[in-house]
Amino acid sequence: MLDTASPAAAKVAAPPPEAGATSARAPLIRREALAFALFAFFAIAPAIAQVGAEGYLLSLVIRAMIFAIAALSLDLILGYGALVSFGHAAFVGIGCYAVGILMAHSVSDLFVQLLATLLASALFALVTGAISLRTKGVYFIMITLAFGQMIYFLTTSLAAYGGDDGLTLPSRSAVFGTDVLENDLVFYYLVLACLVGVYALLRAIVGSRFGRVLRGTRENPVRMQAIGYDPYRYQLVAYVIAGMIAGLSGFLLANHIEFVSPAFISWQRSGELIIMVVLGGMGTLVGPIVGAMSFLFLEEILARITQDWKLIFGPLLVLVALFARGGILGFFRRKA
Amino acid sequence: MSAILELKHLRKNYGALAVTDDVSLAVDAGELHAIIGPNGAGKTTLIHQISGLAPSDSGQILFDGRDVTRAPMHERVRAGLARSFQITSILPGFTARENVAVAVQARSGSSFRFFGDPARERDLDAQAMEALAIVGLTGRADVTAGQLSHGEKRQLELAIGLATRPKLLLLDEPLAGTGKEESERVVETLLGLKGRYTIVLIEHDMDAVFALADRVSVLVYGRVVATGAPDAVRSDPAVREAYLGEEAA
Ligand SMILES: Nc1ncnc2c1ncn2[C@@H]1O[C@H](COP(=O)(O)OP(=O)(O)OP(=O)(O)O)[C@@H](O)[C@H]1O
Ligand SMILES: [Mg+2]
Repeated sequence: MLDTASPAAAKVAAPPPEAGATSARAPLIRREALAFALFAFFAIAPAIAQVGAEGYLLSLVIRAMIFAIAALSLDLILGYGALVSFGHAAFVGIGCYAVGILMAHSVSDLFVQLLATLLASALFALVTGAISLRTKGVYFIMITLAFGQMIYFLTTSLAAYGGDDGLTLPSRSAVFGTDVLENDLVFYYLVLACLVGVYALLRAIVGSRFGRVLRGTRENPVRMQAIGYDPYRYQLVAYVIAGMIAGLSGFLLANHIEFVSPAFISWQRSGELIIMVVLGGMGTLVGPIVGAMSFLFLEEILARITQDWKLIFGPLLVLVALFARGGILGFFRRKA
Repeated sequence: MSAILELKHLRKNYGALAVTDDVSLAVDAGELHAIIGPNGAGKTTLIHQISGLAPSDSGQILFDGRDVTRAPMHERVRAGLARSFQITSILPGFTARENVAVAVQARSGSSFRFFGDPARERDLDAQAMEALAIVGLTGRADVTAGQLSHGEKRQLELAIGLATRPKLLLLDEPLAGTGKEESERVVETLLGLKGRYTIVLIEHDMDAVFALADRVSVLVYGRVVATGAPDAVRSDPAVREAYLGEEAA
């Protein structure tokens, strides 16, 4: 339904063309409007931040957008496929280390790094997904957690690339041999373009034939088998797509902070991604963006107020889980 | 007549319990074959084995000239074996229309298409609406399936089965839990399908069974104790003792 060939085209094509929309489509239109508003906010945020002369704010927004991309990718399998992957940060880590390791070998070209990121995360998703998806429920959670930790421990043991301490990058990726990404504003808009592109791509996917089958396996996998689908194949493809997009977010993260570390990959990070998706609203695509923003901004604010911010943050999440089923998005939908 | 489905010495145990005990049975193309039997006789388990939801311990399942004993469920469906479940199995979050359309989609073209809205594929939609019309759900097409009444859900499940264009339809108690009016509606629908589809029907409602079936098989403790025309089975002393007599008592 969206022309997703280029992120630029998707930016203007946000509202769905459906005129005589049925009731089932109404929330979709509202969601598209919210996404459009968020993207518009991101687009003008640098201008506002400049008034306050706060490079720090901009950096926070970049981080929020990067984690929104990771959370979006998780929403594809968690929200639309009902696959609770507890190792999603591993893909972010793969993206980070693809950049870090290539940089350490003086390969700084963006396209080479991006290709390596996508290939490595796709391969890892294919292999671990093929195994994990043979299991169900709690076992799936456990095995994805185990694969995630595997990557975590692998990176801590990479002595040549900093081991536990991580690795500082000499620069951001080079575009056609130029250091144009060193300009924070250029980098900001690159991240925004990726976010919009990923959103549009996923919006198209979940609305496609493939997405319909994936949603069907979430609803009732046995029924899907009983009409001729093998859920496994569709879940695996979704897992690979999600892994690659999370890899992309890792690629951006490494470029953003110009540092990579095993700390980005630990199971706590995977848990945070799940929280972002659930906090914002699963299976909505807009929700994870709202969730990632809320999570990072809240964390930032609370951390300024008190050192023991986690004592407030934890119960707050419990409250959301209890009282706002469907996340922040679901909360507002019920009010409306 | 030629058999479209043939079961040869099929067995299945749950622990020490022989739930399917050397079942051999042939279903002819075009017939409506009812399987009756007391609760726990193993009727549902047998359907699970035929459809591929539960593996068989031994024996053979021949469908449409092909050995499908070890084939996964989705492959059997693609070969033309559709089923309904004793406990209604639909996609509750989808509309009735989409429930059926996704079944049509399964046999028309690849589902590894990542762009384009399938709701706008006229062909899928037309075929879905056709199946909904057969079960009388045309007016409820855009209702979320989870919000349909119990009887409507049973009807929807039937439409989903039909949408796969089956060569054989396995129906596990389509009347279970439906009210009098709803069950009459289902029987009417089944009468309309009779002759056009080969159907294996499991049912406790004897009036429905004797109104619909060309042949009846009686399953008791996992064994087929009789197969034949409804009247012959009804008067079979072994059957009366094992099953019908028990009901009359
Ligand atoms: N998954 C299972 N594990 C263990 N035992 C089972 C399982 N499924 C069924 N059984 C047992 O197998 C026997 C046959 O069950 P089945 O559901 O096939 O009977 P049925 O003829 O369909 O009964 P009903 O008329 O009540 O639907 C029962 O004794 C049941 O308890
Ligand atoms: Mg049963």
